[in-house]
Amino acid sequence: MSVAGDILGLLKGEAQADRVVPRSGQAARLTLAVSGAMAFLAVFALALSLAAGRLADRWAGALAQSSTIRLSAPEAEMEAQTWAVLTVLEQTPGVESARALSDDEQRALLEPWFGPDLPVADLPVPRLIEIVETPAGYDAEGLRARLAAEAPGAVLDDHTRWRRPLVEAADRLRLLGWLSLALILGSTAAMITLAAQAALASNEQVLRVLRLVGARDAYIARAFVRRFTRRALTGAAVGAGLGTLAIALLPRAAAEGAFLTGLGFAGAGWLWPLAIPPLAAVTAFWATRIAAFRTLRGLR
Amino acid sequence: MIDMQDAAFGYGAEPILSDMTLRLAPGSFHFLTGPSGSGKTSFLKLCYAELLATAGRVTLFGEDAATLDRDRIALTRQRIGVVHQDCEFLDHLPIRDNIALPLTVTGRDAGQDANLNELIAWVGLSPRARARPPELSGGERQRAALARAIIMDPDLILADEPTGNVDWEMSLRLLQLLCELNKMGKTILIATHDLALIRAAKAQVQARVLRIAGGRLSTAGADL
Ligand SMILES: Nc1ncnc2c1ncn2[C@@H]1O[C@H](COP(=O)(O)OP(=O)(O)OP(=O)(O)O)[C@@H](O)[C@H]1O
Ligand SMILES: [Mg+2]
Repeated sequence: MSVAGDILGLLKGEAQADRVVPRSGQAARLTLAVSGAMAFLAVFALALSLAAGRLADRWAGALAQSSTIRLSAPEAEMEAQTWAVLTVLEQTPGVESARALSDDEQRALLEPWFGPDLPVADLPVPRLIEIVETPAGYDAEGLRARLAAEAPGAVLDDHTRWRRPLVEAADRLRLLGWLSLALILGSTAAMITLAAQAALASNEQVLRVLRLVGARDAYIARAFVRRFTRRALTGAAVGAGLGTLAIALLPRAAAEGAFLTGLGFAGAGWLWPLAIPPLAAVTAFWATRIAAFRTLRGLR
Repeated sequence: MIDMQDAAFGYGAEPILSDMTLRLAPGSFHFLTGPSGSGKTSFLKLCYAELLATAGRVTLFGEDAATLDRDRIALTRQRIGVVHQDCEFLDHLPIRDNIALPLTVTGRDAGQDANLNELIAWVGLSPRARARPPELSGGERQRAALARAIIMDPDLILADEPTGNVDWEMSLRLLQLLCELNKMGKTILIATHDLALIRAAKAQVQARVLRIAGGRLSTAGADL
């Protein structure tokens, strides 16, 4: 008998069997409220993890691939030094390929700042040389030393230096997000266990009478489990729904915007919150079931 | 049905019942008497496994009560109708649903059960069927408890003071019900102080009288 099948069976309900347990007002409201609130929080933890993960992947990808050399030289030496740099790069282990950006590409890069009519050729803009590394990478210090000797106007702009901590932070953030989810799940289980125990304790006479007329433990437990599972599912559905809505309504500046505007779900990521209510239901199912059997064992 | 071999029981170190040896044959009718506090209720509890013997052996339907797991205890109780002295009910359900409870917990639909209505009428509770247990008088509760005990058509009926709070006329009516059940082959054990009730029963069925006093079980003389 699978848990999923069990839970589906529970949700269909047996009106008759349900009624043998009185409505337990406070514990019920507590379960509903806690599941709702926890599901709401879970949506944010989930969004945080996923966004941090996307960020880490993007930055790590960029980091693995490229760095840039900025070459500033007098007009007359530009061509010669460009060749010198490319030659050095060709001989550097760990460099997969290197090429100088064309004027058009440089203009495209500068356009957001200076407008489309920038006469790149007439300006003392540095020339940019893009390096694509092999996965193993190259020795940045060694390359710097050689460049200083061969092309004094070249500056190696090594992204790794400032990006690596960012990637690490994003990775850490993703981990914290998952940890928060685990904590939320654990707290939900604890709260539902407490609520179920309170309901069971306040219904001791009901449990005793049911035992005396020959009800099996599984039957009695099911009546409680059904209640709490249903409530956790309802609460979590509402909480997850509201949380997702709140995320959807976050202002979004640019697609490639800063971290905050990137907080949210992307593509199939929007399906993740759907997993929260069933997860809450499974949690409530087990928490209540364990609490019920433990209480019943105290009765003959 | 029930077999006791030198069974003893005590709530603390001191046994309140000892050397209980008894065989309840199928179809037999027994009364259990004894002074208040002598252990009649405790004795009945041994018979439906709410209490376990501290020594000796209690066998229920051929199985040692001490070895029954919780599910087997539940199944055994489904075969025994018990009228408890304190008549506990589910206070949130109408009395009709309480009487049908043994059916409900075994997954049977009580709604259409014609026996249920007939039984409720027999114990005189038809007008009160929709009332909740706390709204009933002591006698009404006892009648409801008896109805609940026999709704499952159990093989064995244990009744603890089933007529303690009802008038003589109702006592006879309930007794008649139990006698009819006995004639249908049910095994019956009734704890009572009421000697008149025992006499009335003896006019209808072959009833034996057991007596608990000083922690011992004995068969009382026939001359009541
Ligand atoms: N749960 C308990 N814990 C400790 N002692 C108990 C418990 N229940 C009953 N007793 C004691 O055991 C003895 C027998 O009680 P029991 O209820 O079996 O007597 P009884 O014959 O049914 O009495 P009555 O005729 O008044 O109903 C009494 O002295 C009682 O005080
Ligand atoms: Mg008693």
